[in-house]
Amino acid sequence: MNLDDPDIWVAVADVAAAVFLLLGAFLTFSAGVGVVRFPNLLARMHAVTKPQVLGLILMLVGVALRLRSWPAVTMLALVVVFQLLTSPVAAHMVGRAGLRTRKVSPDELEVDDYTDKAD
Amino acid sequence: MSVMGIAATVATVLIAAAAVLAIVRLERGPSMLDRTIAFDVLTSTIVGAVAVEAAWSRRTESIPILVVLSLVGFIGSVAIARFAAVEPESERRIRTREEVAAENAAEIAALEAELEAQRRARRRGSVPPRPDDADGEGGAV
Repeated sequence: MNLDDPDIWVAVADVAAAVFLLLGAFLTFSAGVGVVRFPNLLARMHAVTKPQVLGLILMLVGVALRLRSWPAVTMLALVVVFQLLTSPVAAHMVGRAGLRTRKVSPDELEVDDYTDKAD
Repeated sequence: MSVMGIAATVATVLIAAAAVLAIVRLERGPSMLDRTIAFDVLTSTIVGAVAVEAAWSRRTESIPILVVLSLVGFIGSVAIARFAAVEPESERRIRTREEVAAENAAEIAALEAELEAQRRARRRGSVPPRPDDADGEGGAV
């Protein structure tokens, strides 16, 4: 096995890309299972965040390893940055709307910064 | 079949299963916010499917779609959480035919009772009840 041979590194990158894609797809699948099986809104939100951040990063690393071109990698990094900026905001909005419309029971919360403001 | 072919097949199956489960939650609800987060999962599956396709065929044309999707999904969930999260209790689910009929009957009964009360009040106002009129009906006019 000759490590100076570029074909070996192409094969290694392809196999690593396949592994990353599979991990990302598995996280997406786990989000699907969680969103159906979990009992309440906050638990489901917890499941949804998996493919939004870690799953997306794993899959896009896989795509970058497979494409191996700098313009594509730049745009994939842009996708990750957008997702990291937007998904916390969206989750915050959904969670706050759930609390305000009484879909989240305050008794179940360990820390409740929304209703404990008077303390 | 190459390593990438096998991985792409398995990943596609997993992503399709996730999309089906997200649609199940999208149908069940029960609230608008549950549907919002199910829609987030659906967006994630679309992003994953486009990524798998790009990795499998080694094409870079579909990468801009990922940029657009990551922004559109954000706008969708924020818009729903901000403007459509408050929903009346009665609109959570579709009512059955019997429930609609019962509610309509109750509404009609309430309307008739109100009309009857108005009629009695008018009668009482125009003809003052006689002292011997015990039930306060105002008697025959």
